[in-house]
Order: sequence, then structure tokens, then C-alpha cells
Amino acid sequence: MALLISVLLPLLTGRALAQSELVPVRFVPQWIPQAQFAGFYMAAEKGFYKGNGIDINLLRGGPDSPPAAMLASGDALFATMFLSQALEKREQGVPVVNIGQITQRSALMILARKGSGIHSPKDLDGKKISVWQDFRAQPLALFRKLGIQPQILPQTSTLNLFLRGGVDAASAMWYNEYHLVINSGIDASELTIMFYNEQGLNFPEDGIYCLRSTLEKNADLCRKFVSATVKGWNYAFTHRDETMAVVMRLTGEAHTGTNLAHQRWMFDRMKDLILPPGSTRPIGYLAPEDFSTAAEELKRCGIIQAVPPFEDFHAACIEKN
Amino acid sequence: MPRVSKKTRFGLAFKLSFLILLSTAAIFFSAFAYNYSVSRRIMLQNVEQNAGSLASATANHIEEILARIETLPTLAALVLENQSLDAVRLEALVRNVVQANPAIFGSTIAFEPQAFDPRSEFYCPYAMRTAKNIDVTYLGGEKYRYHNLDWYIIPKETKRAVWSEPYFDEGATNIAMATYSVPFYREINGERRFCGVVTVDIALDWLREIMDGVKIFDSGYAFILSENGNFICHPEAKYVLKESLFSLAEEKGIPAWREAGHAMLDGKKGFISIPGIHFGRQAWMYYSPLPSANWSVGVMFPDEELFRGTRKLAYMIAGIGLIGFGLLFLLVVLVAVRITGPLRALTSKAAEIAKGNLDTPLPFVRSKDEVGDLSHSFEDMRTALKEYICDLTATTAAKERIESELKIAHSIQMNFLPRSFPPFPDHLEFRVHAGLEPAKEVGGDLYDFFLLEGDHVFFTIGDVTDKGVPAALFMAVTKTLMKGIALQTIDPASVLGAVNNELCQGNDANLFVTVFCGCLNYKTGELRYSNAGHNPPVVVQPGGDVQWLDLPHGLVLGIMENSPYETRILQMQPGCRLIAYTDGVTEAMNRDDEMFSDERLFDWVRGRGLQSPTAIVTDLLAAVHEYAEGTPQSDDITVLVFEFTGECSSGS
Repeated sequence: MALLISVLLPLLTGRALAQSELVPVRFVPQWIPQAQFAGFYMAAEKGFYKGNGIDINLLRGGPDSPPAAMLASGDALFATMFLSQALEKREQGVPVVNIGQITQRSALMILARKGSGIHSPKDLDGKKISVWQDFRAQPLALFRKLGIQPQILPQTSTLNLFLRGGVDAASAMWYNEYHLVINSGIDASELTIMFYNEQGLNFPEDGIYCLRSTLEKNADLCRKFVSATVKGWNYAFTHRDETMAVVMRLTGEAHTGTNLAHQRWMFDRMKDLILPPGSTRPIGYLAPEDFSTAAEELKRCGIIQAVPPFEDFHAACIEKN
Repeated sequence: MPRVSKKTRFGLAFKLSFLILLSTAAIFFSAFAYNYSVSRRIMLQNVEQNAGSLASATANHIEEILARIETLPTLAALVLENQSLDAVRLEALVRNVVQANPAIFGSTIAFEPQAFDPRSEFYCPYAMRTAKNIDVTYLGGEKYRYHNLDWYIIPKETKRAVWSEPYFDEGATNIAMATYSVPFYREINGERRFCGVVTVDIALDWLREIMDGVKIFDSGYAFILSENGNFICHPEAKYVLKESLFSLAEEKGIPAWREAGHAMLDGKKGFISIPGIHFGRQAWMYYSPLPSANWSVGVMFPDEELFRGTRKLAYMIAGIGLIGFGLLFLLVVLVAVRITGPLRALTSKAAEIAKGNLDTPLPFVRSKDEVGDLSHSFEDMRTALKEYICDLTATTAAKERIESELKIAHSIQMNFLPRSFPPFPDHLEFRVHAGLEPAKEVGGDLYDFFLLEGDHVFFTIGDVTDKGVPAALFMAVTKTLMKGIALQTIDPASVLGAVNNELCQGNDANLFVTVFCGCLNYKTGELRYSNAGHNPPVVVQPGGDVQWLDLPHGLVLGIMENSPYETRILQMQPGCRLIAYTDGVTEAMNRDDEMFSDERLFDWVRGRGLQSPTAIVTDLLAAVHEYAEGTPQSDDITVLVFEFTGECSSGS
């Protein structure tokens, strides 16, 4: 019956016919629903993708949906990744291309307890620190730069190990784990926080990626996807409350167990990362120098063997201004 | 409405009522406030105790259950430390653990890489309660790297058994779960090495049942915070495993919640007043720790329910107070009006009386109090005042009559005396001027002058003892007699003798009079004069020499019949002046009770004696007044000046 309707409907109405011309696109963000992807949600919510001829299907990200693998398998056409992850995946043979850089500033940071005697990055020497396997390049680079040797433990998806005193320091995202720690009852005054971007290790993070083949076959679709996403972010930044409502709805549907205070914090920090105060870079722009900082450090850490040419890695899909 | 006065006037009744009611109200409200605060405090103490016991009992209850659950994996861990079990026994062990306690949902024994099987990175049998029985599966693999999961790594790194942060078990059960993980160790090469963890998973729905059983007042409730401050249990389902007390504090902007969260997570007990979580109004919270899991139980109830009884009592007391206050108000007003009513009536009547209406009857006051006394005194005053005013009116009328009569008498007396100057404008041979100022309306001084046949002019000056009406009458008689007799004989001594005899007859009042009189032949300048006890006149010679007139002795008139009087003669040269006066001049007193005196008169005449008679009279009177310096005049003052010019009259 459903099949019958789906066959008949396009014949019955012209409008349905027009809809059938939309290109179905599956997009997967690199993590569970949260304000980190608010711009994508709003672009879908406000019909910006549809306006660009895209029938968007926002897949739910998370640990079970690794973006590079999904791109490779064709389960998703577009995905978000950290630039360092993308470089690593490229190295591992997944031919991903950056078609738009979302965040300009690195949100990765180290949280440490002042009670553990850590007041500066150098104090980490010999201390236990948990590090995300996926985002180990910046910590390794920092430790090498400082010539220190902390005891590195794998970091889970929570900071409970840190909160329970299992480690002296932990990796954190400014927009996420840092605030979770604060809202677990640790006061900012009890913490030493260290941003990698302040240590000369500003790796660009969230970016939009697709396979090289996608870009080659359908560069126009890539441009349309990126421009609708940029529009979505701009809309989100000017409609905070509406955006928060959408984010809370999606987090609720995914049972992520979050709250409004946290998502609001995350959203506000995303704005700081996407449009850092004083920066004039448009959303979608990838700065070659940020790319080479990240790529060189990754190479130095042995995560990648060679730095790919910038032009190979990134295809500008936004209108130049 | 016209304004009566600038300030609003409050009557005595108002002031009295106001003050009494104000003080009563003050006393009542302080007593009320004290009572309220004390009963509130007692209430609070009771409730703190009750809430404390409730929270502790709840915490103990949960602790007991948790402790029972903790026993099994702890025992399993002990077993694993001492024995190397094969796969079958391990599976049996986890199955037994789940079987042993219906609260346990699942259990696992997770080994370190290669710790169970040197060829295998993962070894992790997991027993799970299903609807019918207990199934065992094996966890671990590329997709499920349990070594990096909280339930594994936290006990490993912290080296102690831990309750995990409760989590929402999506998919399988969709209920809140928590995992208790116990690390186990083995001696390997003489070294105690971490080998893995034993865990049990429990659903937390029973917590909910326990917490639902905690009832405090109508809407009071209990909740549990996890070690991270997250709500494990809360009647508001949307908070559970989503919000922490800290995230709510941030979202709602209530820093007190963050402080409360700190105290709770620090494992403290406490009783605090904070903005109610999910009541949206002020509330009281008692919190008590759950030490085994580092959780904290809070019981919370709204302020208004806690103090409902106290408030009800307060309303009752306030109501009774208000009714009492109303009754007191009526009573006070009544009393005040009763007391001040007669006063008010008295006041209005008194105002009438003050306007002069002394016939206004005063209200009759029956009461025997101060108001009655006042009323009676007022009545007496009114009567006395009325009588006094009657007397005063009569006296004043009499006085006015006398005064008016005296005025008439004065005018008559003055008209006796020759008062037009010059009296004889046709006679240039002499000039005469006189002045008399009586001390009272009528006086006893006299002067007179008149022409006689044979170119003579007769003059008299006299002073009756005493002043006033009798003296005036005596003076009138004397003057009339003098003139009448002088018209018959021009010899002054004979005139005085005759007048004396007339006055002595019927002089029962024993008045007497001093007289100086003279008769001048204005052709020749011969002055014949006589004296009856009068002050000696002053003679001013044309050259300015001054001397007392030589007077013959003569008794005052009216004392003794047939007294002898003598006539003497003074030959006046043209320009010679005679100044006669009464003792009012020489005995005029100044402020220091010193007399003007003969000497001062004599000196005055020596300086001013050559003026015209008019000027001498005017100036001498002025000099006496100046000397008196406003001292009231005690005697009549009379001056008479006679000048012989020797010129021929124009008419003769």
C-alpha cells in the first residue's frame, strides 16, 4: 500500500514532483546530539537544506557511528570531524576532503586539580592524565614541546575518572566536559585550565567532510550543503532561544541525559569557537596556517607520515568575500 | 470648607483614645511578634529533628540495601583473588551473584588483557537477569573495549570498590542503573597485581519506591544526589539523570543551590532554608549523606507548610487581638466622650462667657470628679465676675459724673479770673499779666485785678489752704469779697481786714487763705499794698536790681476775726516790675523731692526780670515745669506780674 502511494503521489501532484527532485543526503555529526551541531539542526529545521535542493537526513552521531567509517561505507554522504581526525583517517586510507571548516579555535583543553599541585602545563610532568585516543595529537605535541612525561591513561566518554580522583588531569572540551565538571560541583577556582590554542597548538576542530569522490562527482551539492549549513549557524546565533528549544528536543529524543544549562553553555562557547572575538574569518573558511600547524604536529607525533597538500585536503565551498 | 485654623485641632477625647490605643497596639504587637517568633523557632526545632530522623532513616534504609548488594561482588572478588577459576566456574559465579539477590540485574567479571587467557585481550562473562532466567553473554571486543569504560577503569585507577555514576540504560531496560565495581588482585611473581573487576548492575527503581514513601507535610519530598550532584531520584522525572543541583542552580540563577550541593557532596548533614527546588518558593531542606555510594539524601518541604500551624495560630491570635482591640477602641471612645463631654459643654459655655455674656448658664454637672469641681468653680467665678462688673459699672458711672462736674467747676473757676490779656489795653501806664495752673481740676489759688476810681488799679493774689472743690469755693468767696470790698475802700489793709472778718464768720471748715493785694496809682506810680500771710513778691527795679518786697506782718484770712493788717507804700519807678506768686512756684518739687525754693526764684528773676510781664509769666511757669521734670504737680501754681511803665495812656 505504502509502495503504491509512493509510486502514485509524484504522479498526482506537481508539488510532490518537485520534492522528488530533492537530492537525498545523509549527514552524520561526529557525536551525540548536542548544541555543538546546532547550526546543522537549524539548517534542517528552517528548511535551508531543502532550499538548496537537499533532502537532508540527520543521522544520530555517537560512539557507534564513527563518521569516517560511515563516509567510507556510504552510510553518510557528509560528516563532521576534527581536522586531526580527518588527517589521521586520510592516512589510514579514507580519502576524506574538508569542504568547510566550522570552528576556528581549538576548544581542547587540559583540566587539572590545583589540589594535585598542578598550576601550569609543566606541573603535569609525572602526573596521571587521561587523554582521548582520537585527540591525542595536541597533548603529545604539548608534552614533547615542554619536555615533560605525564602518565597517560585512556580517557572515557565521561570525566568520572577525573572526578573520582583516578587521574590528576584530564582532557576536556571547553564547551562540554569543562562545564560538566563545573556542574558536578567542582568550582572553577579549584581547577587549573590550559587551552591548547594558548600553547601554540590551535588545531581547527569541527569541519565538514566528504569523500573525494563525492566532491569530484558533485561539487555543486557540496557547495549547497556547506552554504545551507553556514546559513543554519548564522540563524542559530541570532535565534538563541529557538535554537535551544530544538537542541533540547533532539537531546531528549536521544536520551542523552543533558540539561538546558549545559546546552546553553555549549552553544555560547560554540559561538566563541566559530566566530572568535576579533576574527573576521567567515564560517566555512579553513586557514592554511592552522592546517599546517595541525598537520606538522601530527606528522611529528607519528600519527601521519606525510603532510598532504592543503589544496588536496581542503576544497573551498563558500563564496569568497 | 473654610479653614478653621492652620493646624488641625485634636480634641482631648481623640488624644486620649489615640494614645491608649497606640500603646495597647504596641504592647499587643510586640507580644504577638514575640509569640510568633518563639513558636516558629520551636516549630523549626521540632521539624529539624523530625526531618533529620526521616532523612537519616531513609539514608540508613538505602545504605542497608546497598550494603547487601555490595556483599556479593565483594565476596566474588575475594574468591577470585585466591582461586583461579575456569570458564565454567566463572560463568557459574556471575550467574550465582545475579541469582543471589533479586535486586541485582546483571553481573560481570572483567579481566585485564591476557589476565584470564594469555591469547585474549578481553575476557568478560556477563550474567543478566531476563524475564525467565539468567543469561550469560561475553562482553569485550573491538566494538566494546571495556578496559576504557568507567565501571572498569575507575576502580582500577582508584584501587577501591566504587559505585558508578548512575546511568540511563538505553535499549535493554530503559531504567536508571548503577554499577558497583570491585577490583580484584592476584599475586603474580610476588607482586599484587590488578587483574580485573567484579561488577553488579542494579536498577534504581526501588530507590524511587523508597523515596516515594517519604512523606513530609503535603508536598514535601525526598531526593537523592549522585556523587556528581546529579539527581538519581526526584519526583520531577525530567530532572532524573539529566539535571544536577549545580546545573539547576545555573539555569535558575540560584547560587544557594550550588552551595547546598557542595555541602551535600561533601558528605555533610544539615538543615537549611533555601529556595525550593521545583516548588518555586522558599523551602527547608534536611540533607544526610549516603556514605557507601557517596550520594546524599535530601528531604525538602515548603516553608508555608512547615509554618502552617504556627501561621494559623498567629492568625487566630491576631483575630482575637483585633476583636479585643475593636472592643477596647469602643470602650476608650465611650469613656473619653463621657469624660470630655461635660468639658466640651463647659468649654463652649466658657467661650460664651469670655465674649462677655455673663448671663450664659453653665451646664449642670452631676459628677463628683474633677470635671464637676471645675464646673462648680466656674459657676462661682461667673457669679463673682458678674457682681464685680455690676459694682464696677456703678462706680464708674459715679466717677464719670464727678469728673464731669469737676470739669464744669474748673471752667467756672477759670472764668472767675480775668483771662484776657492785656486786660486794659487803653492804659499804657502799666502792664499786667497772670497765669494760674491748678493741681486738680479746681484749685485754691486766685488772682484778680480791676480798675478803681481815681487812676487806681487794684490787684490781688491769694492761696487757699488745701485744694479741690472746698478750696475752690473758698477762693471764689474770697475773690468776690475782695472785689466787692475794694470797690468801697481802696486801702489794701482795710480790704483785708474786712474780708477777714467776713471769711471768719461761718468758716466751719476752718479753711484759710493767704492774700497779697495792692493798689497802684498808675499816674504817680505809688503802690499801696498789704499782706495776709502771703509769700513776699519780688521787685525788679528798672535798672535790673532785684529785691524781696518788704512785707508787713499780717495773719492769714479766715482764722481770727479783727486781725490787724497794715498798708505799706512802694514808690514804683517807670519800668519797675512786681512779681507776685503763690507757694506752688517755690515749693514745686523735682524728682529728688527738692523744692524750687525762694533762692532759685530769686536767681531766676535776677536773670529774666526785665522781660515783659507776659514773658515773665510764661517763662517762669515753663521754668517751674522744667524743674519738676514731669513730677506730678502737688499744688496750684500762680504768677502775677505787674509793671509800672509810667507812660501816658493814649486815651487820657
